[in-house]
Amino acid sequence: MQQKSCPSSVKPTDTAILAQVTKLASPYKGKEDMLIQVLKKVQTVVGHSSISKDVAIVVAEAMDIPLINVYEVASFYSMFATTPRGKNVIRVCKSAPCHVKGAAEVMEAISKALGVQFGETTPDEKFTLETCECLGICAVSPAMMINDDVYGELTPEKAVEIIKNY
Amino acid sequence: MQETRVVLRNMGKIDPVKVEDYVAQGGYEGLKKAIALSADEIINLVKESGLRGRGGAGFSTGSKWQFVKNTPADQKYVVCNADEGEPGTSKDLTLMKNDPNTLFEGMAIAGVTVGATYGYIYLRAEYPYLFPVLEQALANARAKGYLGKNIMGSKFDFDIEVRSGAGAYVCGEETALIESIEGKRGEPRFKPPYPGVEGLWGKPTLVNNVETLSNLPEILVKGAAWFKTMGTATCAGTKIFSLCGNVANPCVVEYPFGVNLKQLVEEVGGGAANGRKVKAVQTGGASGCILRADQIDFAMDIENCLKNGASLGSGAICVIDDSKSIVETVHNLLSFFVHESCGKCTPCREGNMRLYELCGRFLDGTAKEEDLDTMLDLADTMMLASLCGLGQTSPTAVVTSIANFRNEYLDCIANAERRNS
Repeated sequence: MQQKSCPSSVKPTDTAILAQVTKLASPYKGKEDMLIQVLKKVQTVVGHSSISKDVAIVVAEAMDIPLINVYEVASFYSMFATTPRGKNVIRVCKSAPCHVKGAAEVMEAISKALGVQFGETTPDEKFTLETCECLGICAVSPAMMINDDVYGELTPEKAVEIIKNY
Repeated sequence: MQETRVVLRNMGKIDPVKVEDYVAQGGYEGLKKAIALSADEIINLVKESGLRGRGGAGFSTGSKWQFVKNTPADQKYVVCNADEGEPGTSKDLTLMKNDPNTLFEGMAIAGVTVGATYGYIYLRAEYPYLFPVLEQALANARAKGYLGKNIMGSKFDFDIEVRSGAGAYVCGEETALIESIEGKRGEPRFKPPYPGVEGLWGKPTLVNNVETLSNLPEILVKGAAWFKTMGTATCAGTKIFSLCGNVANPCVVEYPFGVNLKQLVEEVGGGAANGRKVKAVQTGGASGCILRADQIDFAMDIENCLKNGASLGSGAICVIDDSKSIVETVHNLLSFFVHESCGKCTPCREGNMRLYELCGRFLDGTAKEEDLDTMLDLADTMMLASLCGLGQTSPTAVVTSIANFRNEYLDCIANAERRNS
């Protein structure tokens, strides 16, 4: 019943993926403290489908915790998405050390190359552009992270070249 | 300037995940010594060394340990704060990447002392590549009996688990971090009770920074008197600094407390990059003070930084060159806090948002001079009334930039008037 209340624009998550989510979350039944660790794995499995409501319901049932707890956590942390994202998430650091070294120019070049603004996903659902806070590799700023890979010493040209590899 | 490497002593000399390499450099000798001493003897030694927290607050490590040790409980925890979120800081990353065993040994010493049998390393989500390195290093240390049951053949048990964050600056605050380990939103708790009394799952919990804990093995081996030969009267030992921003040689370096900031920027960092001039230096991360280039000639320790209108914080030193606008940089810093405020308390949630808007007026040409007073007034309220360190320190850049670069704000107004007339 609850699944029907999802906004109609959100595509239901593939049942095969939901089965994978159940498999991931079930070993942690009753271990609420593992929720963040579980959601991190879930996020990689659901990919661009995001931790939508139907995914959250599966996690809540498998771990035997209230749905609201899953939603609270999924909506709080930057690494979790509750709305659909692209296959690859590009996060460009905009913290001060990167900012003063030209992060804005890097962002502009990426945005132009992919034809979407930051906060948006490309129409082919291949890339989502996000800004993020310090990646901790300030000695090689400006920096960005694509999925789990980090890149430093970016120039607008270099950033665009890197994206072509995805 | 020659570095003094204490916590980074093994950097580049060992294979980080190989416990044998670490042991060959004298590793786990500190833990061996700790096992032979009583808890009170260790606490006295740590107190005597003058070690203070390296995460930013600078609290006496020995005193913190004593609180946890003296709180009776059936279970206690040691938590390592590896949520290095302060922009411009890469010290904990450097430490854990190059020598994780120093941290494990420090945590085990802490565990033996306060009576904890289990520890967590809360690793920030932005370092996912470090997770398998730490796991492998832990497995290797466990296999050789340095962690787990009856460590080094003693009566003590101590094991460590890595828990990953998921992207939230506020989780660097110790109670928010504890909430996050418990699998919840990272919202700070009201204090007291402090974690030393009621922390993780309500049990007494020692929360220390990576760099703090990594100092312990050498203190145990070489003693308090040796440790105090480095640094200043109030801050013993060394500090890792991260030089970043528009500096010619961005780097992570370790120097004794008392190192001169100007020397760090000019001699170690090589001044501003691309032949530009240093206009400003922000010390201590996003919540640190913005100083003019003529205000940085002083010795860096916690007290002396405060005396000179600066903040030591996490040891981040961000150089801003003369082609950059201070107002724009502050606006960027405020956007960071708008994003990272957890939203639990009003002064921080609303205050950062309003400061961001007010600062934006200077950039879009709608500001009036009295907006500066409004900003300072608001900053004051936030510093007094915010629940945790985030809101209490986030207006620092605003306050110090208005004090040190007021002319840049006024120039924004004058330029807008010129455009409009």
